[in-house]
Amino acid sequence: MNKIIRNIKFGILSPQEIRKMSQTAIVTAETYDEDGLPVDGGLMDRRLGVIEPGQRCPVCGNTLAQCPGHFGHIELARPVIHVGFVKHIHDILRTTCRNCGRLLIPQDDIEKYSRLLQRLEKRWPLLAKALINHVKKKAVKNMKCPHCGAVQYKIRLEKPVTFYEEKREGVVKLTPIEVRARLERVPSSDVRLLGLDPEEARPEWMVLTVLPVPPIQVRPSILLESGIRAEDDLTHKLVDIVRINERLAESIEAGAPQLIVDDLWSLLQYHVATYIDNEIPGLPPAKHRSGRPLRTLAQRLKGKEGRFRGHLSGKRVDFSARTVISPDPNLSINEVGVPIEIAKILTVPLKVTPWNLEEARKYVLNGPEKWPGANYIIRPDGRRIDLRFVKDRKALAETIAPGFIIERHLMDGDIVLFNRQPSLHRMSIMAHIVRVLPGKTFRLNLLVCPPYNADFDGDEMNLHVPQTEEAQAEARTLMLVQYQILSPRYGGPIIGGLQDYISGAYLLTSKSTLLTKEDVVELLAVAGYRGDMPEPAILSPKKRWTGKQLVSLFLPKDFTYRRKANINAGPMRCDDEECFHDSYVVVKKGVLLEGVIDKKSIGDQQPENLVHYLAKDYGYDFVRDFFDRVFKMFLRYIEKHGFTMTLSDVEIPREAAAKIEEILREAEKRVRELIDQYNRGVLEPIPGRTPEETLELRIMEVLADARDQAGEVAAHYLDPMNHAFIMARAGARGSALNLTQMAAVLGQQSVRGERIRRGYRHRTLPHFKKGDIGAAARGFVYSSFRRGLSPIEMFFHAAGGREGLVDTAVRTSQSGYMQRRLINALQDLRVEYDGTVRLPNGAIVQFAYGEDSIDPMKSMHGKAVDVEHIVEKVVGWKR
Amino acid sequence: MAKKKASGKKTKKAKTKKTVKVEKKAKAEKKARKPTIDDVIVEKTEELRKRGVPLKIVEEVREKLMGVRDLLTPSDVKRIVDLVAEEYFNNLVEPAEPVGTVAAQSIGEPSTQMTLRTFHFAGVRELNVTLGLPRLIEIVDARKTPSTPIMTIYLDEDHRHDREKARDVARKIEYTKVENVTRRYEIYPYQDYETGLYNATLILDLDPAMLEDKGVTRDQVAKAIGKLKNVEVEVDDTDPYKINITIQGRDLAHIQRIKDRILNTRLKGVKGIKRVIIQKRGDEFVLMTDGTNLEQVLKIKGVDPTRTISNDIYEVERVLGIEAARALIIREIIDVLEEQGLDVDIRHVMLVADIMTRTGEVKQIGRHGVSGEKDSILARAAFEMTVRHLFDAAARGEVDELRGVTENVIVGQLIPVGTGIVELYMAPSSLVRRGEE
Repeated sequence: MNKIIRNIKFGILSPQEIRKMSQTAIVTAETYDEDGLPVDGGLMDRRLGVIEPGQRCPVCGNTLAQCPGHFGHIELARPVIHVGFVKHIHDILRTTCRNCGRLLIPQDDIEKYSRLLQRLEKRWPLLAKALINHVKKKAVKNMKCPHCGAVQYKIRLEKPVTFYEEKREGVVKLTPIEVRARLERVPSSDVRLLGLDPEEARPEWMVLTVLPVPPIQVRPSILLESGIRAEDDLTHKLVDIVRINERLAESIEAGAPQLIVDDLWSLLQYHVATYIDNEIPGLPPAKHRSGRPLRTLAQRLKGKEGRFRGHLSGKRVDFSARTVISPDPNLSINEVGVPIEIAKILTVPLKVTPWNLEEARKYVLNGPEKWPGANYIIRPDGRRIDLRFVKDRKALAETIAPGFIIERHLMDGDIVLFNRQPSLHRMSIMAHIVRVLPGKTFRLNLLVCPPYNADFDGDEMNLHVPQTEEAQAEARTLMLVQYQILSPRYGGPIIGGLQDYISGAYLLTSKSTLLTKEDVVELLAVAGYRGDMPEPAILSPKKRWTGKQLVSLFLPKDFTYRRKANINAGPMRCDDEECFHDSYVVVKKGVLLEGVIDKKSIGDQQPENLVHYLAKDYGYDFVRDFFDRVFKMFLRYIEKHGFTMTLSDVEIPREAAAKIEEILREAEKRVRELIDQYNRGVLEPIPGRTPEETLELRIMEVLADARDQAGEVAAHYLDPMNHAFIMARAGARGSALNLTQMAAVLGQQSVRGERIRRGYRHRTLPHFKKGDIGAAARGFVYSSFRRGLSPIEMFFHAAGGREGLVDTAVRTSQSGYMQRRLINALQDLRVEYDGTVRLPNGAIVQFAYGEDSIDPMKSMHGKAVDVEHIVEKVVGWKR
Repeated sequence: MAKKKASGKKTKKAKTKKTVKVEKKAKAEKKARKPTIDDVIVEKTEELRKRGVPLKIVEEVREKLMGVRDLLTPSDVKRIVDLVAEEYFNNLVEPAEPVGTVAAQSIGEPSTQMTLRTFHFAGVRELNVTLGLPRLIEIVDARKTPSTPIMTIYLDEDHRHDREKARDVARKIEYTKVENVTRRYEIYPYQDYETGLYNATLILDLDPAMLEDKGVTRDQVAKAIGKLKNVEVEVDDTDPYKINITIQGRDLAHIQRIKDRILNTRLKGVKGIKRVIIQKRGDEFVLMTDGTNLEQVLKIKGVDPTRTISNDIYEVERVLGIEAARALIIREIIDVLEEQGLDVDIRHVMLVADIMTRTGEVKQIGRHGVSGEKDSILARAAFEMTVRHLFDAAARGEVDELRGVTENVIVGQLIPVGTGIVELYMAPSSLVRRGEE
């Protein structure tokens, strides 16, 4: 069994520890000698770790792959302050006596606070923090030591690392030696009250006397093509430190003047500081020869590409693939088409047993080139054999026995995880079942586009192959597409029909659709229907079936459903079952009695729709089957029917164009009137608005109204069975507004919610008179897309369009950051076995999740139990 | 109808003589013949309650059943009740469900679809309200003041049905300065040669419409100004809207300052409320304000203090307490989402509000709040300010207990949510042994 890390303790290395774990002291700034061999006692000392393959480590005896590397150390000639701890050092200096090192509060208080702190630390860490701050504040104020009576002075920290003591006689600089001496004097018991742990971090360890030198593995040198070795940034920095340290030691040894020693000392301080962090405010960053700032320790950890976010929170993985996606309506919604080329690279470990021995041998025989084969064999002793380099696979296949593991190619029926970025919700990674197909793209059913938010304009997706049985089982029972049909966001299906599926369903189930026997057979065959033909709806003069009959065949026999259709609006409005327009969907006892199937019934992201009730009453696997069969039928019908859009679909008769023109003329007149009123100062302002704002608002109102009217006129003249119109009505694609813009008038273009006003002085474009604030001059487009835009109109339209683009670009970054923060704040919450929602430390956040302990995903659009539907289900058919 | 009442669970108070009688009759009948459908409904729903289904749902079931009682058979009732119970227990959350992550995703994912435009007209075209993504970020950030502070003031029974009375309350609330009722002013400074000091005459020309609108008279204005220092007020008898003021100043700059002070003199209203708009909502009048001052407004006569609310989370926390702040966070987030036409379950929003307010004070979602106070050092370091958290942890000798999600991802262990919390394993060897026996 794997070892488990229970906890991780943080602390500061003491000089003794640093020396103890060090293999060698680094004493020379030279790295390699003339022969290109590492210098002993240099920064590339062999004892720091293996660099070249085949070499064995002189310390641990391991090869490159096993040797973890070993630390070295540098004995600093003079101590330097550790930049990461200047704040802590400052705090300690200010709160302890410069003479005796005790905390600057009376002994009684120290004892009192210590006891209090001990009690608080376990249960109330936040209060403990507050107490420490209180102690600090109190101690800083005390200018006379209550223990030894010594007078205290203010300690000033001059960033980044220099401390000054403001004595009455004058300001004195504290050398790191003096600082360290003071820190040493602070007793451990007092250190605790400052919130520090003297066991793991004695204050004096915050002033470095010995510097650990990380193993070579941490700072590998790269061999350039030119054969020149480029050292890591850390090595460069360490060379600087060693060099200055050497000079400083020599100067002290030689008894050089204090000034020179001090200069070298502060230079050493600079190098050590930038070695730790190269972005300290107030210090010039250390630069590479090329002028690029060095990436030292802190920079390696920080930020998105740093160690934490870049390598620890997010890891690169094996057994994954990425390619372009394309649609395949013939796949099941939980399948994914994988190119053979990819299937031959990705593998699944197959444990050989007596029962699959023959199968395993076959894979080995096929080898890595022929699918389905295998790429590797892992023998029971753990040796891995690469089949690419095995000459006689036949012989090898014979040796296979139970206990071997074969890494075989990805095959039909394997489970994989499929993902599209950005992974904004859990439906962005779902489990699919593999179908190995020719071609070079991943294929997926169109119905899973909404959860992934995918389209096929060049989108790429990632695929991962779970390797262990546990992972595979988990993927199969929890992550398969059908188990993600309902979204936890709103308690409704996120998967559902889109575009042609909806148009097809609408056409198939319309009243006017009558199908011949041949049609019915074809459609039912596509859906994989096995059973009797239904009785024809019309017997004479010829046998005809309705689309509704076909849909009914796939509905469970006790299914009840009633809801308005998407087309139930405007002139096609109905409020109950008695609906002339066929816009009220009623299913009783599994028979679609009336109503057309459109977006409201089978669309994606439509809670409480047909699919939702099917999922709740008959389970996810039933719905998957429903999607695979019935939806295919919808597609076949639209294919048979033929469905395109042409320019003439948005063409309106001259008569209608004249009416629209009249409406627009009228609106323009109203605008002129408003402007006139405004100019004369008689425009009644809206309370709280200036006359200018009022005018703008009123004009926008008038123009928006005009466009709506024009749209209505256009809609009136369009053929109701015109394809563009059908799509808008059924909710497949496009809206009434889109139709209006295509057929009638584009309308007002806006930037920042206002009519377009920027551009030239007092006018938007030089084509207008200065001060013209009429409709046309401020971005009202009179043309329709069908008629075409004038150059000026096109410019305004582009301005409005540009705003939308900028908006999206800005928004993604903002909402991305917000989501990262939300996830970070909430991710540790979970429901416990007692039903409470808690943080990992046991703190209760909610006593019952969501106040009623209901899982939003399983709820009916937020409702705990859909009583109405249950009653309807049991007795609805009686009505 | 009477029969229904008799057998239903009703309080005695509501019963009329007739129903009591019917009830008795029903009871007697119950003994004699087999139970009526109403009896079955009562009995079965009672049973539902005993099985642990919440009262609210039980009552809904009973109500719905009573509505279709003519269609029901006893077995129908039983089937319905069983289905309700099954569905209810099925729909409970499962232990280990990572509800936090789901909530964060459920709010974060739709936010990508929101408009960025800050200003939008929320029903009232007179007032600008920050909505959409910027407002959402503002709420989870727990900013000290909202960028558009707004109060919705509900009025008490006496004032809410009459526009005039509502306006009276509005006048009391709207902060009115002299400047607001002044149409025009003229100022004539002159030097006093004796003293060398500057004086000035300020003539205010009040706006009759505004006076009327704000409910202020000229005398009130004059009185308010008269209280100031270095000022003498005189009303002009020839013009009912003129006020003449003599300013005694040291120099021109001083006069300028006094003039500003005069124009800024408060006439009436609550500080911080820049504008009040009367709106009709349903059958009552409601006041919307630009600017907030919940504490003062709640004290004003005519205001219904039980419903009046501000959109300033900190103000609400200060005045009404942390539970009110939680409710406000939920409501504000829901309002933003709804306005954008986004469908998000309220449970997710409640969880966000709860994590923000659980300590008794409002905490932001981010480094200075919830995320910054986590127990785990690694989790904090992986979020923001990596290096600082590591140095602090080292100095304090902190221990990371590896109880959260991020920490365990970092060290490469199973995460403690979902299937990751199961610590029971099967020993395959035990299976083999059993199979052999």
